[in-house]
Parts: sequence; structure tokens; C-alpha cells
Amino acid sequence: MTLEAEVWNDITPIPQDDGPDPLAPIAYDTEYTKAMDYFRAISQKDERSERALELTEKIIEYNPAHYTIWHYRQQILFSLNKNLYEELEFVKDQIDNNPKNYQLWHHRQVLVEKLKDASRELPFINEILNDDAKNYHAWTYRQWVIRTFNLWDDELDFVNKLLDKDVRNNSAWNQRYFTIFFNPTKPTDEFLAQEIDYVIEKIKMTPNNISPWNYIKGIIAKSNKDINILEGLCKEIEEQNIISPHALGCLVDIYESRARNGSTADKEEGIKICAILAEKHDTIRKKYWEYRKVILVSL
Amino acid sequence: MSTSEKPTHLLVDLHVKYIQSLDTKKDDLEYWLTEHLRLSGVYWGLTALDLLNNIDALNKEDVVKYVVSCQHDNGSGFGGHVGHDPHLMYTLYAIQILVIEDALDAINVDKVVEYVASRQDRATGAFTGDEWGEIDTRFSYCAISCLSLLKRLDAVDVSKAVEFLMLCKNFDGGFGSSPGAESHAAQIFCCVGALAIVNSLHLVDADLLGWWLCERQLKNGGLNGRPEKLEDVRYN
Repeated sequence: MTLEAEVWNDITPIPQDDGPDPLAPIAYDTEYTKAMDYFRAISQKDERSERALELTEKIIEYNPAHYTIWHYRQQILFSLNKNLYEELEFVKDQIDNNPKNYQLWHHRQVLVEKLKDASRELPFINEILNDDAKNYHAWTYRQWVIRTFNLWDDELDFVNKLLDKDVRNNSAWNQRYFTIFFNPTKPTDEFLAQEIDYVIEKIKMTPNNISPWNYIKGIIAKSNKDINILEGLCKEIEEQNIISPHALGCLVDIYESRARNGSTADKEEGIKICAILAEKHDTIRKKYWEYRKVILVSL
Repeated sequence: MSTSEKPTHLLVDLHVKYIQSLDTKKDDLEYWLTEHLRLSGVYWGLTALDLLNNIDALNKEDVVKYVVSCQHDNGSGFGGHVGHDPHLMYTLYAIQILVIEDALDAINVDKVVEYVASRQDRATGAFTGDEWGEIDTRFSYCAISCLSLLKRLDAVDVSKAVEFLMLCKNFDGGFGSSPGAESHAAQIFCCVGALAIVNSLHLVDADLLGWWLCERQLKNGGLNGRPEKLEDVRYN
């Protein structure tokens, strides 16, 4: 689009008001200046027209984070009854170029809310996650889509595939928790038992990957199971002579829980491991392990 | 620059000059493309100058005038720049700047309080950033922090706001942007900060969150924002 004079000859552009006391003259890209001057003029009279829509597109091309423009564009789209599926394509192109822009994702959500049709959403999000499997915006939006349109059924398979690809993807582990525990259908005990086995296998693959450790402790707490069920796993890792601060840390949790029930032997064992972590295997977190040790000593 | 040329102390004057110059780079397209967050820029510049004991390097009268000019025509919230839509985030920046400059009398505080309160969904306790409707715990923080600075927390339903924040607490002790969203250092700052302001820190699982937070530090000393990601100075 160019800012052809004949389309705009009835509009008096409003130049930039840079607030009181501007310190220097303006000399930036003239196309953008011109577009913004027209924008100020037509938004002031709330013009909702084809040319206004095109103008917003032009400004967005320059500056997709200009949130006021997006808001205005939305009002024009709805007033003119535009085909929102075409707008989904437009916003898709924008997100492809700016996948971490808040305005774009929210714009898409508003469109889909209005369309009441999420059929294009998961394939679209999958594409984005294919480029960056940890994109926070994409995941948050995905959760909204799944919850709003009740698309729980295939989500665990999707998460499985992502974890097969990258077992260190913390976003995928979080999505796993979301899929299982935010689902209106609650997981059965049998399912949870299988789930714990699944995570244990993943931990064995990468004992120094914090994500499944956090996750398994999370589901143990959520389902009121005992942290002691992880003792075998921790010992197995230890026996393989793999140095895993996370496995050792989990042993500290286990021994602390037993020390709280009165076991002095476990208390001593826990104190010993805290010292090893602080002095040898996780020195960057020395102070944390010393803190855990103080707690154990006080029991 | 060779090692011998590295400065051995903080070059305060140069930092101050640099911050002052940011408002004069109007030949750069970048200056204009960041127009929507100009007000944030003033806040960052001003707080940096304050830390450098040079707050007067930006003229108070100009700063206050500029902030007031970012307030929306209807006298409610503030936009990121003159003529931009009001938003909770920029409203917080505006109030923070005015408090730093001791200039709250330059605005109608009641109108701002009314605007912030109107952003709360009374059913869920959550806050929307603007009339567009985006919900995020960042906006809970903006609202609570802003009202606390204005000493008007009574204008919102604090217990509902806390309820929403707690729905965003995760299995790993951290917090995300919405219920179910992944724990993220920046969101944790917002949620824990908001809870601290309203005396609700007892709701945080301090030991679990403490572990999550200290686990953000990598062997090289840097910090990441989420587990198994690379370090980045913005999280320090």
C-alpha cells in the first residue's frame, strides 16, 4: 500500500505531538511519519473504513507492538463486518515474523472468540512451536484454546511427541501437568501410577534434567503419594555412578520426610548429602544446601 | 578495548549523559518505533538516574508535564505516549514517576483509582491490561502496586485478586501468567510482589519456590528465566 494523495485528500494529517517541550526536530522514515499523521487524523474522528483498515496494516508492518493501532484495527474489522478468516491469515503472517509479541496473540484470541471456531488454531500453534517449542505466548494461547473449545483429547499425545523430541522442554512438562490436572475429567489412580512410571523412565534418560524432577514431585504432592516411592530411582542413579545433584536432592527430601517421623539415621544421612551437595556437586547452590542442612539439624 | 583500558569504576557522568541523550535521538527510526513505550523509557531512565544520585539530570517540570500529557483524554489511565490508549502497565509507570518526583498533585488521583479499579473482573479477581481484555498476572501486579502507591487498595477486591494469583501458582511453587501457564521468573516477580504488597506472602510455598528460584542459577553464575533455558542478564 502506498499513501496515494487521492485517497486521502479530504484528510488533514495531524503531525506528531511529542509532548511539551520537544528537544529536537523529527527526521525519520517519511512513509511512517505520513501514515501516523493520517492515523491521528482519522482515529480522532473514529473513521471506520477500508482505507483506515489499510492504514493500520501499513503502520503494523512498521511497528506490530503499537497496541493502540491494533485496538483501532479491531474496531474497524468488526464495524465493516470483514471476513475474520482472512484476518486470521494476516495475523498468522504477523506472528510468524514476531512470535513474541503480546498484541498479536491477543488479537488472534479476540478473533477466534468472535468466530467461535478454533479449527485452525492447533495446527497454527504447532507450526509456531515447531520453530520455538518454548514460546510462552504460544503455550498460554494453546491453553486458552484447549480450555475454551474443550480440545483435551489429543493433547497428551502431542506432549508425548514433544518430550520424545526434547525431554528438557520445561514448557512441555508444564503442559503435561495442565493436560492431566486441568482436564475436567480427573485422572484415575491407575493412570497416575502409569504416569509416575513414565516420568521415572524419562529421568533415567537424563538424570540431570530438572524438569521431570520438578514435575514428578509435583504430581506426587498433588495425588497425595509418598516421596519415598522415588528412593529406588535415586539409588539406581547413584549406583550407576552418575553424579546427579537432582537425585541427591531428592534423597534429601526423602530423608527429611523420614527424619520428621523420628528417624535419626535418616536425619544423619540427609545431613551428609547436604554437605556433599554444598561442597562438591552443586557448589553454586551452597547456601541452599546449607539451609536444608540447618533444617535437618533442627529436627 | 584491551584489558588495561577497561574502566575500574562506574563512569557515572557518562551514564548520566547517555540517559539524557536518549530523548534526543530523534533521527533514528527506532526512536519512533518505540513510541508506544516512551513512558516506560522515562521511568527506566529516571530510576537509573536516581540510583546514580543524579535525578535532577532530567528536568522535573518537563518530566511531570510529559507524564501528565500521556494521561488519556477522559482523565483516567495513562498510555505509553501522548495519544495512545490507556493501559494498566503505563498507568503504573506514570504513577511511579510521579511518586519519585513527588508530584502526584499534578493529576486527579481519584480518576486514576477509578480507572485501575475498573480493570478488575470482580468475578475472578483478575485484571485486564486495557479495555481489550488481555488477562495476565502482570496486570494484577500493575494494579496492586499502583493502588498501593496511591494508598487506595480499598478501591478493589483484594481478596479476590489474591484468589486469582493463587490460581496461577504451579506444582513447582512458581507462578505463571494465567492459571495453568508455566512458571516464569518474570511472572513470579509480579505475583510474589503483588502478594507481598497485600500482606499475603504466607500463601507462597516459600521452600518450594525458594528451590525453584535458586535453581535458576547456572554453573557460570548467570540466571535463566525458566528451567533448562540459557542464562540471560534480564533475570539477574
